[in-house]
Amino acid sequence: MEFFRIKHDIPFMSYGKITTSISLVTFLFAVFFLATKGLNFGVDFTGGTVIEVHYAHSADLPKVRAQLAETGLPDAVVQNFGSSYDVLIQVPFKQNVAGAKLSEQVMESLRKQDASVEKRRVEFVGSQVGKDLIDNGELALLLVSLGIVGYLWLRFEWKFGLSAIIANLHDVVIILGFFAFFQWEFSLSVLAAVLAVLGYSVNESVVVFDRIRENFRTMRKAGVAEIIDNAITRTMSRTIITHGCTQMMVGAMLFLGGETLHYFAMALTIGILFSIYSSVLVASPLLMMFGVSREDFIRPEKTETEEVSP
Amino acid sequence: MNQYPLWKYLLILAALLAGLIYALPNYFGESPAVQVSPLRASLKADAALLGRVETTLKAANLNPEVTALDGNSVKARFADEGTQTKAKDVLIAQLGEDYVVALNLLPRSPQWLTNLNALPMYLGLDLRGGVHFLLQVDMNAALSKALEAATGDIRSALREQNIAYSGVSRDGKMLLVKFRDAGARSKGEAEIKQRFSDYALNSADERGEYNLLITLKAEAEHRIQDSAVQQNLVTLRNRVNELGVAEPVIQQQGADRVVVQLPGVQDTARAKDILGRTATLEVRMVDETHQAVAGAAAPFGTDMFKDREGKMLLVKKQVILTGERINDAQPGFDNRSNEAAVHINLDGVGARQFKDATRENVGKRMAIILFEKGKGEIVTAPVIREEIGGGRVQISGQMSTVEAQDTALLLRAGALAAPMEIIEERTVGPSLGAENITRGFNSTKIGFIMVAIFMMVYYLMFGTISMLALAANLLLLVALLSMMQATLTLPGMAGIALTLGMAIDANVLINERIREELRNGVTPQAAIHAGYDRAFGTILDSNVTTFIAGIALFMFGSGPIKGFAVVLCLGIMTSMFSAVLISRAIVNLIYGRKARLTKVAIG
Repeated sequence: MEFFRIKHDIPFMSYGKITTSISLVTFLFAVFFLATKGLNFGVDFTGGTVIEVHYAHSADLPKVRAQLAETGLPDAVVQNFGSSYDVLIQVPFKQNVAGAKLSEQVMESLRKQDASVEKRRVEFVGSQVGKDLIDNGELALLLVSLGIVGYLWLRFEWKFGLSAIIANLHDVVIILGFFAFFQWEFSLSVLAAVLAVLGYSVNESVVVFDRIRENFRTMRKAGVAEIIDNAITRTMSRTIITHGCTQMMVGAMLFLGGETLHYFAMALTIGILFSIYSSVLVASPLLMMFGVSREDFIRPEKTETEEVSP
Repeated sequence: MNQYPLWKYLLILAALLAGLIYALPNYFGESPAVQVSPLRASLKADAALLGRVETTLKAANLNPEVTALDGNSVKARFADEGTQTKAKDVLIAQLGEDYVVALNLLPRSPQWLTNLNALPMYLGLDLRGGVHFLLQVDMNAALSKALEAATGDIRSALREQNIAYSGVSRDGKMLLVKFRDAGARSKGEAEIKQRFSDYALNSADERGEYNLLITLKAEAEHRIQDSAVQQNLVTLRNRVNELGVAEPVIQQQGADRVVVQLPGVQDTARAKDILGRTATLEVRMVDETHQAVAGAAAPFGTDMFKDREGKMLLVKKQVILTGERINDAQPGFDNRSNEAAVHINLDGVGARQFKDATRENVGKRMAIILFEKGKGEIVTAPVIREEIGGGRVQISGQMSTVEAQDTALLLRAGALAAPMEIIEERTVGPSLGAENITRGFNSTKIGFIMVAIFMMVYYLMFGTISMLALAANLLLLVALLSMMQATLTLPGMAGIALTLGMAIDANVLINERIREELRNGVTPQAAIHAGYDRAFGTILDSNVTTFIAGIALFMFGSGPIKGFAVVLCLGIMTSMFSAVLISRAIVNLIYGRKARLTKVAIG
């Protein structure tokens, strides 16, 4: 079986203008939503308390809200979580005067109302911890970016490193844009997924770049655009199949992994889909724009002797 | 050209065998168990204790699957959680006074596996249930405590040397000593310099006043903070022991934070109560020159506290003795009045300080103040009848037996050098933990099956080989995680699924390459060779970039994220090994020997 039996190279580079403008528009949209709506940071980053409780029967949310209001938490966010039996209670940090003690107060109050309530999970994060996590997340993002650029520079050339990281940071911004647009909760595990996508989708670019380098050596007569087109066409089959397989795994997590893994898998899904696009149709045009040439890999002996004997 | 030397096959075989052995305990899983360990260092867990545990359980008609002596504890494994809970209650009733009885999990694997040190993966709190706390140590409080003590010490040093001074006061992080004249100041300066090497001295004269500014040196500040965290760690360990937790984790994180993880603990209110107690004991003299007036400010140099009956009492600010000097505290009874009492045993320094103080103050009243959550309460304020030596002190005064027990426990568990505040809590109930395991396992399983079917249909024989390699990858990854006893969290399980999904990339690259070579008219043997050879560079490059992301996550991530990063990094290593070496070995075994290979099943 073979899905992609492509006889002639697809002239991707001649679509360069269209594809880059498409990604520019998506990118700008993402930035726009990030700027206007902002990320819906989870308790990990904002600080506050999240309590997940389980009832033996369908939970009566208005009653739960009323009970919490009586306890002095009128602004607690109460919603179903996964099923009608499970309830998620979120208390922002501002009102959280009781600090770490809050969860016990809430549980006690809920138990008074309905003895069948069972504590499933409590997360309390102080505001300082949240700040540290944001700092660490930013630092990790920076470190990953620098590490990848550095490695690609070493293995290829600075032009490759730069275009790969631009293409993939563009993916990251788009993932964040999605999270901003839908106001999905941005938690610590989503951040981990974003960083994993950064590492993972770069390898997409690496595969294409590897082919480009090889083609510069083997296709002696071809022009730069032809070489890139050939590299993309010949790795396309692998690209789709690999991502398809990874997506099968991620998809299983998305649908079967439960609420905790849902957004983690969601970030990965968006990342995987966009990385196919960006590594092929963003990184390669960028590479051309930076003026990649055969001389980047094969130093003609003539120039070297010229340099030695002026 | 497609043949491996024998040693390569043997190496792969050895790796797979080791993988199988170390992954096997996960198949057997873990059973609920009860762990009995001595509360005090003087008690040992030995065959006698094992016998007691066995007879106690037998008497209650509870049949453990296994009972064994393990390190400094006795463990008994049960078939289900119901029996485990019953056994715990029975054992607490019988042995609770001298031993900690805690719930635990024990591997169900056969003895020979345990002898090989092959254990199941260590499950994180989000999978097994339990509490995670992050505590922040209040460093300013530690410093001000040290400065407060220095104030008292400087006073007594100057008094001892008969150096005339008009006052010692504290202003933030600075101490100010006022002298009458320049001569006294230089004498005082020399004396303080000699005795208090941790402090930097500066003279500051002001309109006929001869002052000495004393500040803590930076390195001393560091040392005080460091030892405050260390003492808090020790104290927390003692307190957690009293809680009865099987495998607690108590670690320093960063300069001023402490992580406490209590697997299996559900009663978070009690855990917080015991951890958060900042009970310290201070012994001070009662100020009898002034009259305590409720509501009014306490006169200079004194503090006002309530006693157990609610009466206000003024005590001097200077501390004679603190809780740090307490070696042991036991509840008991006053042998004269038969009232409930706490018997305290002081260490050498404490005994001397107490002896001096009682000798100098015979006939005066001394207050024993218990500070809990920043509020002081006078437990008792007896009149000192005589000098008390030997370091044995008894506190009594309107206490119930239960109160005496609580006070003793608090004092025994030790004082915190500085107050701590819980700044992060993550509690996961046991049912959610079990559900997380099932979900993580199911999504990995379903994902794996889907990928397997696709690969086998798409690449036929080579797809099947790829899947064998992927299965080997999973085996090795699980074995590595079990061997290292790295904490497996829910994101970690997601990491396993993700690395499997990413690992297939290497095989797809190889298979696509072989197809391409075949299409270019290369012979099958040469195509296989070229496919593996040429794809390797690409596989390496693409894995290194993911590895970089994994390292960064490990460095900056916390808790569950760290678990994800560990799995990601290990998974990349095992997938390199299995996708390249193992799949090649299978290909070589199947096709390598055929000299005239005309066709390979790659779809």
